[in-house]
Amino acid sequence: MNARFSLVKDSLAKRSRMGAAALAGLLAAGSLNAQAQTELTMYYPVAVGGALTDVIDGLVAEFENEHPDISVDAIYAGNYDDTRVRAMSAIEAGEAPQLSVLFSIDLFDLLEQDAIIAFDEVVESEEEREWLDSFYPGLMENGRIDGQTYGIPFQRSTIVLYWNKDAFEAAGLDPETPPETWEEMAEMAAAVREASGGEQWGVMVPSTGYPYWMFQAFAFQDGHRLMNEEGTEVYFDDPAAIEALEYWVSLAEEHEAMPDGTIEWGTLRQNFLEESTAMMWHSTGNLTAVRNDASFDFGVAMLPMKEQRGSPTGGGNFYLFKGSSEEEQHAALTFIRWMTAPERAAAWSIETGYMGVSPAAYETQALQSYVEEFPPAAVARDQLEHATAELATYQGGRVRRALDNAVQAALTGQMSPEEALKQAQAEADAALRRYARSR
Amino acid sequence: MVIQNADRRMQIYGALLLLPAAVLLGTFAYLPTVATLINSFFLPGFRGAPPEFVGLENYAMLVEDVTFWKVARNNLIYALGTIPTSIALALGMALFVNARLPGRGFVRMAYFTPTILPMIAAANIWMFFYAPQIGLFNKLLGALGLSGVNWLGDPGMALTSVIVMTVWKEAGFFMIFYLAALQSIPPELKEASDLEGTSRWSFFWRVTFPLLMPTTLFVLINALINAVRVVDHLFILTKGGPNNATNLLLYYVYENAFSFFDRTYAATITVVILLVLAVVATLKFTVLDRRTHYQ
Repeated sequence: MNARFSLVKDSLAKRSRMGAAALAGLLAAGSLNAQAQTELTMYYPVAVGGALTDVIDGLVAEFENEHPDISVDAIYAGNYDDTRVRAMSAIEAGEAPQLSVLFSIDLFDLLEQDAIIAFDEVVESEEEREWLDSFYPGLMENGRIDGQTYGIPFQRSTIVLYWNKDAFEAAGLDPETPPETWEEMAEMAAAVREASGGEQWGVMVPSTGYPYWMFQAFAFQDGHRLMNEEGTEVYFDDPAAIEALEYWVSLAEEHEAMPDGTIEWGTLRQNFLEESTAMMWHSTGNLTAVRNDASFDFGVAMLPMKEQRGSPTGGGNFYLFKGSSEEEQHAALTFIRWMTAPERAAAWSIETGYMGVSPAAYETQALQSYVEEFPPAAVARDQLEHATAELATYQGGRVRRALDNAVQAALTGQMSPEEALKQAQAEADAALRRYARSR
Repeated sequence: MVIQNADRRMQIYGALLLLPAAVLLGTFAYLPTVATLINSFFLPGFRGAPPEFVGLENYAMLVEDVTFWKVARNNLIYALGTIPTSIALALGMALFVNARLPGRGFVRMAYFTPTILPMIAAANIWMFFYAPQIGLFNKLLGALGLSGVNWLGDPGMALTSVIVMTVWKEAGFFMIFYLAALQSIPPELKEASDLEGTSRWSFFWRVTFPLLMPTTLFVLINALINAVRVVDHLFILTKGGPNNATNLLLYYVYENAFSFFDRTYAATITVVILLVLAVVATLKFTVLDRRTHYQ
């Protein structure tokens, strides 16, 4: 309908240029109308289970009710990669969205593509500037460069450990005690496997979709960070990283507690729900979907540790795109502020399992009583204290893909962890060199 | 003089008739091809800076790119795995449902159903068929007392699994063409050969199959195009993994262009694909066409 309206407007504009006074009058009325309402387009992804598009549509409708002068066209565009593609192709087609929710780690690439602007350019009042600092600092790590804020946290997560209490009990383990360390996790997983007579796996860590993300958690637990803050260097073949991958591989090979080969990101939740595994590592964004569908008692814990606890943050941020008018930018800011306000962040967290993105969200009545009634809802937030920025570099796609391949090559026994990570390091270095040249 | 004028008028008339097709082809085929070729000589610009001319550097990178060669090899295996199988299966199914059997309409529909499913939907269904613990195939194997296979997660199995799904999807589509061709074969031929006492086997190889040759050629070209064009079900099933075991050419182009933001390298791969396809097209026009008898 919008498209048709603008077509009519265009043809009216042409005719009025030809001198038809009456039509020019009509045009004026038309453009008045257009000014009365600022139209925004945004793309957003869904990477976890549940009917999240309905939730977003509901939020947008509510926002439009409260702000009749702004209309938001929220377009679901698939997973994070698909959404970035949709947004970037829209830009190339000259139909740039004013804002979008994209992968928090797309920041470097979006800058490289000259696609986004900093929120600092749009905020005006002191209140708005304070809003920029109202989020958990851990979540801002992937959104800030050189003191400029480019990404506002929205659907943010950490990796958490889901465990099946019934399965623990059946294996003679304490159902209320999740594994604290790497060794404990391997032992408990093997115990479940044995007690079930091979019917049930001990633990599953997904290795498709976002293998680098899971690997980053292992590496960080071993005290190792995979990249520098500037996004120009990676350290994949460090001994700690190799040890981390060796541990991951050992879960299947040595402890026989995890299936061989890669484990699919998209079907893992279903595996857990059908009790074919006693533990899974997954985004906290799945929490509400698991809660709604689980027919057994389950718990959620922080990931186990080696040298330290740790999980990378993950998920999507709001970005502002280049090329929109000042009016549109402010409308977009209004919308983003509304969407990330404590009450909404709380509601969103309850609906999905994603984190409330600001401390204030956890102070709301709604989230406080939810956490009281359902303590797993606070695990992701508590884990923030031990979180690290998600792997983000220039040439991010290629660098992540190199690491993904290494993880998969090791898990499927094609290469040793050391070989695989050395190769990934070489590939990432080559990609970053190419970037350094084009810069 | 008069004749010359008429000639010129005919020429203009002819050119005008060609114009719409020429404009469409130019805009959507030749222009992008030329643009792709030009792009392949550049490095992408940083932060809106103009791209830098680097000559053949992208091609040099391609030659050394291990992943590209793996992907090309995968695609060859994929083509060899899907094309003959789906054509043979399509022909077999067409012969079967062309015969007078009870419930013929139902069987035809059943064979054709996979074709009308959107690829993404089909792939989503198959992802759950293939899922190692909860999937249909492993449950069936388990019922037979066999241990399951990690269909999409084992690099030795993954490409085969993708091929199997493609064959399932394509065979029904090609069957329709064969069925139409079979029904256009005059029944007199069958009657005549029955009088001669020809066996069904030699009737098929001496009469039916040669008459189906134009259809086979058409189906072959389509299957070939599909083998290069495939990209959608990889998004759902494997994303090219594990470790590039199922990565195919077009998916690799997509990855470079949109996941890696490296449009110029994507253009380079595209140029190479175009060259290979041009060779195949030449073979088709020079060799295959001459061996095909049109009715």
